Amino acid sequence: MRSRLAVATTRVVNAASRRLGRGQGTVAGGRSGLRIDPRLLEHLTIGRAVALVTGTNGKTTTTRLLSVALGRDGARVVSNETGSNMPPGHVAALAGDRRAGLAVLEVDEVYLPRVLAATRAAVVVLLNLSRDQLDRTNEVRMVAGTWRAALAAAPHATVVANADDPLVVWAAGAALQVRWVGAGLGWRLDAVGCPACQGRIAFDAGGSWACVSGCGFARPEPMATLRASGDGASYQAVWSDGACQKIALALPGRFNYANALMAAVAAAALGVDAVDGLAAMAAVGDVAGRFTLREVGGVRARLMLAKNPAGWSELLELVGDDEGPIVISINARTADGADPSWLWDVPFERLAPRVVVATGDRCRDLSVRLHYAGVTHVTEVDPVAAVRTAAAQGASADGARDRVDGDCVHVIGNYTAFHDLLAAGVPAP
Amino acid sequence: MNRPLRICVVYPDLLGTYGDGGNGVILARRAQWRGDEVELVQAPSDAPLPEADLYCLGGGEDGPQVRAARSLIDDGTLARRTAGGAVVLAVCAGYQIVGTTFPGADGVPHEGVGLLEVATTKGADARAVGEVVAEVVAESGLASLPTLTGFENHGGRTALDGAASGAGTGAGVGAAGVAGVGPAAAGLAGPTDPTVPLARVIAGVGNGDGSGREGAVCGRVLGTYLHGPLLARNPALADLLLAWALGLEVGELPPLDDTAAEGLRRERIAAMGRRRRTGRPRGSRGSRGSR
Repeated sequence: MRSRLAVATTRVVNAASRRLGRGQGTVAGGRSGLRIDPRLLEHLTIGRAVALVTGTNGKTTTTRLLSVALGRDGARVVSNETGSNMPPGHVAALAGDRRAGLAVLEVDEVYLPRVLAATRAAVVVLLNLSRDQLDRTNEVRMVAGTWRAALAAAPHATVVANADDPLVVWAAGAALQVRWVGAGLGWRLDAVGCPACQGRIAFDAGGSWACVSGCGFARPEPMATLRASGDGASYQAVWSDGACQKIALALPGRFNYANALMAAVAAAALGVDAVDGLAAMAAVGDVAGRFTLREVGGVRARLMLAKNPAGWSELLELVGDDEGPIVISINARTADGADPSWLWDVPFERLAPRVVVATGDRCRDLSVRLHYAGVTHVTEVDPVAAVRTAAAQGASADGARDRVDGDCVHVIGNYTAFHDLLAAGVPAP
Repeated sequence: MNRPLRICVVYPDLLGTYGDGGNGVILARRAQWRGDEVELVQAPSDAPLPEADLYCLGGGEDGPQVRAARSLIDDGTLARRTAGGAVVLAVCAGYQIVGTTFPGADGVPHEGVGLLEVATTKGADARAVGEVVAEVVAESGLASLPTLTGFENHGGRTALDGAASGAGTGAGVGAAGVAGVGPAAAGLAGPTDPTVPLARVIAGVGNGDGSGREGAVCGRVLGTYLHGPLLARNPALADLLLAWALGLEVGELPPLDDTAAEGLRRERIAAMGRRRRTGRPRGSRGSRGSR
């Protein structure tokens, strides 16, 4: 009775919030529902097969790819697609679709233990763990510790874990059933200390790793590995039996292929053939606006999101060889973390050949960083004006604009900066 | 100086959590822009610490912090070079480990390198997280420095050792009189200069020991809780450290274009002024989930 009232309240408040234009209607309703029934998340997942997706980077995309794989032949899947990844967001999504038998939930790293206990998830996907918003979340090692304890207490869960991330491996090592995936790890600075013995992890040239302090902690043998082609233009899944399969995605970037492989192994744990699952993911074009082409201030702009050093490193790798102008927008609001000193962990030196327009609430922090990185840049506080400035710079710089991604300006923002730009733009023709 | 100025970022694998590696980049760049030959070395924790003129230590997590302190004590180079006149900038966890004692993850005290006579204990209340504005105090001997701005994020509370900060001055100065070498030349056992506070907190927590002070200085060793990184927001301090390392007066360094940094300084200091006037509790954004 109590939970029925809670569900009804969640849906009414969500609908009202959406109608009032107060957001996407995914948090207010969930909060109201949880106030009436604190165990609402537990009640809403009874009888459903639940998969949880967590990690520092790739949560939203992997959640989407897994949902698509699971729903490929019409199975009904509910998911918190808007990225509201704490319990109010989970409750709001689940209350919105009581009939779906499958639930794929993106979960904030810090909330995994709570959500795992409440949902008794069948599958938990652990992508990676690195520094992010240190002013409001915990140290990554502490987060890995809470995952480990939670997984030890969840023998029902099959864990799909990135074998290339020592912190993830340590956390997953406490689980009863683990499917290891060689998904790669671009950012290793948070992985050097051995989580098992406080010794030191050493990586070899091939990316394998082991503790060199003698505790025996080492990379487990994965059942599936992501392998890049020689030119880095395409990716394959290599299974432990030797079978290979090319992964075709509409999404760019090594990290997205890694997300797809993690999602495919998770889908397999829920009974969907991994090959079929991967095939279904090929159609996913953009996820919550990431990599979308928008018209911002009359300029065609490719919008990209990166919010921490690991994410930035991967993204700069992706766009680093282009030559056109690029807009970088940095905020430090609550959802971004109030301390942007992580900008100094990002290899912005890579952008030295390009003209950068620094924008966002914290464009001055970025400007100082770019100054010391030797990157030519201008500072323009207003993000829309910054996109226009970039377009003008590109045009004046010998038509470089035409060489960028078929005549558009690259725009990378951190969390709220990205969403502001998404909201400021309209779909590009 | 005939050989290149050598700047060493100490254990970035253990003490590199809050972008403090930027301090090393900033120092190296500024020296380079002035035409000095400079070498920036990233020193991993599994190798002997290299000889350098200027050492930068950054923030880190509790476990790695304990390992860093242990390695630095066992290695011995940092204390020896400091006694020989090298400059040390130690931030946050780095500040704590160059003190005499600091708490590990479990709250148990660990021995520090002892370059500063400061002792850190675990704070009873919430972690100090947020913007800091601080005025350099006269007793630091560095009062020509402009207002300091930075971002703090620490659970520890750091107190200057009262006995050491007042006493020992005369002996220290005398012992340090080795020409051109620097103040702390007397020996390896500990600092011979007095350890004095760096600044007075205008906004933020700082040392958090109830003294209203932030940071500490002893000879050419400077400890502080300020990230940002510190030198990105405080270029005058960067130049002071460089002048120390090069054996020059700050006034002898040619000026650089600090337009970007000045813009950032103005913005950050003004933002804290606004917050104080509106009475918004500081740290309200940051304390969630912190220990």
